Amino acid sequence: MSSVSPSPYPETDEKADKPKRHEWPLWEVFVRGQHGMSHRHVGSLHAPDAEMAILNARDVYTRRNEGVSLWVVEARHIAASSPSDKGPLYEPSESKIYRHPTFFDIPDDVGAM
Amino acid sequence: MYAQMVKSTGQGVKSLDEMDPQERAFQERINRDEKIEPKDWMPAAYRKNLIRQIGQHAHSEIVGQLPEGNWITRAPTLERKAILLAKVQDEAGHGLYLYCAAETLGVSRDELTEDLLSGKMKYSSIFNYPTLTWADMGAVGWLVDGAAIMNQVPLQRTSFGPYARAMVRICKEESFHQRQGYDIMMKMANGSDAQKRMAQDALNRFWYPSLMMFGPSDKDSVHSAQSMAWKIKMNTNDELRQKFVDQTVPQAEYLGLTVPDPDIAWNEEKGGYDFTEPDWSEFFDVIKGNGPCNVERLAARNKAWDEGRWVRDALLAHGEKRRAARVVAAE
Amino acid sequence: MDDTLFEFLLRQGDNTLVLGHRVSEWCGHAPVLEEDIALANTALDLIGQTRMWLGYAGEVEGKGRSADDLAYLRDAWDFRNLLMLERPNGDFGHTLLRQFLFDAFQVPHLKALEDSSDPRIAEIAAKSVKEATYHLERSRETVIALGDGTGESHARMQAALDLLWPYVGEMFLSDEVDTDMAQRGIAPDPASLRQTWDKTVTQALTDATLERPEGDFTHRGGKTGEMHTEHLGHMLATMQFLQRAYPGATW
Repeated sequence: MSSVSPSPYPETDEKADKPKRHEWPLWEVFVRGQHGMSHRHVGSLHAPDAEMAILNARDVYTRRNEGVSLWVVEARHIAASSPSDKGPLYEPSESKIYRHPTFFDIPDDVGAM
Repeated sequence: MYAQMVKSTGQGVKSLDEMDPQERAFQERINRDEKIEPKDWMPAAYRKNLIRQIGQHAHSEIVGQLPEGNWITRAPTLERKAILLAKVQDEAGHGLYLYCAAETLGVSRDELTEDLLSGKMKYSSIFNYPTLTWADMGAVGWLVDGAAIMNQVPLQRTSFGPYARAMVRICKEESFHQRQGYDIMMKMANGSDAQKRMAQDALNRFWYPSLMMFGPSDKDSVHSAQSMAWKIKMNTNDELRQKFVDQTVPQAEYLGLTVPDPDIAWNEEKGGYDFTEPDWSEFFDVIKGNGPCNVERLAARNKAWDEGRWVRDALLAHGEKRRAARVVAAE
Repeated sequence: MDDTLFEFLLRQGDNTLVLGHRVSEWCGHAPVLEEDIALANTALDLIGQTRMWLGYAGEVEGKGRSADDLAYLRDAWDFRNLLMLERPNGDFGHTLLRQFLFDAFQVPHLKALEDSSDPRIAEIAAKSVKEATYHLERSRETVIALGDGTGESHARMQAALDLLWPYVGEMFLSDEVDTDMAQRGIAPDPASLRQTWDKTVTQALTDATLERPEGDFTHRGGKTGEMHTEHLGHMLATMQFLQRAYPGATW
């Protein structure tokens, strides 16, 4: 297991053959909405640097009043779990049913808990 | 639809028994409505088809800015100008979301753009028709966005995660597009004689091109069958076209406008309208580059790209300098 | 009618109307998608501000003219916008530089208007200043990046600056309307904003490695209506086409 890979997206064979292009890097955008929730991934965009990425994120992803705070991170800086690890990473938690409140039967007479 | 001429590369749809274990597991996940994510294994043909389909869809959004953009500076009131501008801006946003979805498959946005500009990749035929009067802003919103929504709503359930998520966002934003178009049509249809004529003329010109948006009949196509098995296409072209006609004819009646098809008639038996097929030779001409505006549309995109190169290069160069300065400062 | 107040409001509304129109011309044609979307946001803000300024102007005039009537049914000589804003967009760098030179004026101007003795103006300014502050941040960043970016971009930005420079002075000219507004506590004397503007612009030009042009000659006449460029008439011919071709129609 183990395999942490340097990007959320694949390096495909097609891409490997071609010379590296001089393009604006890809950024992932995270927005925190009005109601105190965590920042949530909303999409991606291109920008020449972090400062412009924030401005672009504001213009692209908050046009409809979606948020009050923005994070951007260059896509290549994201470490991602590998799909082949899905079983070992996530299935072990399936059996820990006692972590969920519904596991415990509390009589109605006790009231809200 | 927005990807009318995507031909899959498969040789016909394989049954599960004919697949190797990896491909079978992949197909079974799709059958269970699980989403395929960028780093998951996928057949090369699935990847290739998706890149083409999402790319065409994105190109259609971007080229689709042009016919409506044609009227931004001539919108008749400040409010109409703001609404139209917001709408055309949304198209740019939708193109952006879709290019990003395609990029998760290992192709870059600039590569896709260059394939559009060279004519190697296509975009929807509808955007090669001109917008001649203000009523066309109504007709495009009502008919073209109406047809697009028919296709995009089911694509929210498509098998490829990033594409499905982009479609969710797009559908949410698009919900005002068709309504603003119909709102323009209502104003025109209830307006002066000249406005009524304008509205009817717009419907006359956009009716058949809108029907063409769904693409030729594909009920016997193995390509479509493969795309449907992969759930990157959710309905046949004919199903969507029928649904569109059934929805649109009563809306035209409400406006007091006449759909330019003398043979349109309700068919009780099939529970839908009978209608005349568009002229498919015109469709193929447009796809080949001989539509009324093909040359202008591609020229406009090429001009924006070529004249924007110095800007893109300069902003990148500045960003790199800034990054380098920061590294030096940190050391 | 309060003639000078009406005149002042037309100047505000015509500035945002004309600049908003110019910026909207970029939609679908910008160098990159993110910039296309950002420019449309700027234009939308300016159109929204126009509706507020000209709407109030119509009320002050008291002849029943709406914001649309003022925007779509006046001819060039009745327009009161700065000459710089009606000039054609030129390249992307020229458009963003013009935006920056105006934003750097508009932000302190609107901030002062937030304290206007006229509550309607204070209200419009309070809403507009947030938008203008973002415009300034974005246009300044872009101007700096383009000035500093490459040899070609630097040369283009310097050329744009040289071209625009003779138009910046008009923002700070005062006439009897401005004097009246200042005396009544409705608006600041434009000349008083020059220092703030100079500071913002000088810093940005330095960061952008651009050279501030010599000379203080300024074209004038736009905001007083005595003189416009030939470009304005063509802009209005486009913008007003439907209202002129189909008088009285509702859209």
